[in-house]
Amino acid sequence: MRSAARETWIVERWSRGSSPLHSLDARAKLAALAVYLLAIASTSAWTQAAVAGYAVILSAALAASRLPVPALLARAALILPFSATFALITWLSGDATRALALVEKSFLSGLAVLVVIAATPLTDLARALEAFRVPRSLVLVIQFLYRYLFVVADQAHRMRMAAACRQGIRRNARPRFHAAAGAVGVLFARSWERADGIYRAMAARGFHGTFPALAPTRFRTVDGVFLCGFALAALAVRLML
Amino acid sequence: MNAPRVIDVRGLRYRYPDGTLALDGVDFHLCAGECVALFGANGSGKTTFALHLNGLLVGEGSVRVCGVPLAASVSAGDLALVRSKVGLVFQDSDDQLFLPTVLEDVAFGPANLGLTPEEAAARAKVALEQTGMAGALHRAPYHLSSGEKRRVALAGVLAMQPEVLVLDEPTTALDPPGQRDLIALLRTLPQAKLLVTHDTSFAAALATRAVFFERGRVAGEGGLPEIVNRFHWSR
Repeated sequence: MRSAARETWIVERWSRGSSPLHSLDARAKLAALAVYLLAIASTSAWTQAAVAGYAVILSAALAASRLPVPALLARAALILPFSATFALITWLSGDATRALALVEKSFLSGLAVLVVIAATPLTDLARALEAFRVPRSLVLVIQFLYRYLFVVADQAHRMRMAAACRQGIRRNARPRFHAAAGAVGVLFARSWERADGIYRAMAARGFHGTFPALAPTRFRTVDGVFLCGFALAALAVRLML
Repeated sequence: MNAPRVIDVRGLRYRYPDGTLALDGVDFHLCAGECVALFGANGSGKTTFALHLNGLLVGEGSVRVCGVPLAASVSAGDLALVRSKVGLVFQDSDDQLFLPTVLEDVAFGPANLGLTPEEAAARAKVALEQTGMAGALHRAPYHLSSGEKRRVALAGVLAMQPEVLVLDEPTTALDPPGQRDLIALLRTLPQAKLLVTHDTSFAAALATRAVFFERGRVAGEGGLPEIVNRFHWSR
């Protein structure tokens, strides 16, 4: 839990950076991402030339983001164990080309999503989702989940520290398992209380269902140029390679 | 005191869903510019009472905030008005700080009041200046010390420019210099203040009147030394 929060915090810190990609309107980035993902998903004749084409497009976005590439690649690789399982089944059924395509498509898609998330603050992403008519309740749930992750992680960390202080030298796994199971229940109850407290504090400061943004959004020419350029490049790879 | 009453509570009763009677006929008032200390044992209903002043809980009886009645049927507009007039600083600052940066968090309240992003940010910066946290604009709230979180939480409320400040255990997690700074800051603020506290020396530095809660009722009210002596409320 703590590591999940740490990862989230790292991405949060990345999203507050400054780069040409960071400065673009979140709507342009989300729309470009959607086109890119659709192009990858619908490429039926998956060749290594297509892989190279999609990778070049993504590399351009990565370069524009000034994000740490090795760290991004490592995090995007977290998707591989899942896609590799399906790829293995496909390979065992005799279709090695499709198996390879599955792994490559999932990695490129995962990396593209990560680049956009790491280059866009969550509040901007949420506003972009609202602009695309994603139900507001769903957007709110995403935002609350994101915020409460830190709350739950902090609570879990405190409980683990308190437990460690009193753990002694007992090595028997069974009582420890019982204690851990009980702690999960307590963690849920405490997190619930904390979440309730946060909601009250938000309501006390006039929260009425929408997270306000500090920076006004403007869809500028550069955003349009980026969207058109990125989408056309993805479509070109889709249609020509 | 002849100043108008900004908070006027009569016969307030509140029972939690589990059946616990938390408030049992509370009568209370707070005048403009006045500073009142609210004492009482743990579980005597102080925090529950504070939550009523902002419309977060609604019980039986009459609660009027700056002339606006707060009842179960209160309109969304009136509720928003009350919340703009009463700034509630929570006991646990971690409850109050939830946005990614200090600036965004402090600007959250003003932005909810309908101010433009620029106006909200400007107000937030002034409030952070007031509380001595101007250097933390872009820091993550969950990386601040307890005392710093306290100051940012207070800034989040001051940025809404309320007429009444309700501070629930404001000295919790503050070291002695932090407490001195808080007292100095609160002295400069013109708002009416309700200090929910156990700290008699802090209250003595600011409050002119004290109210003592016992089992959800006002058990005593008067000058601070009188209340402290009457209820043996000192170390």
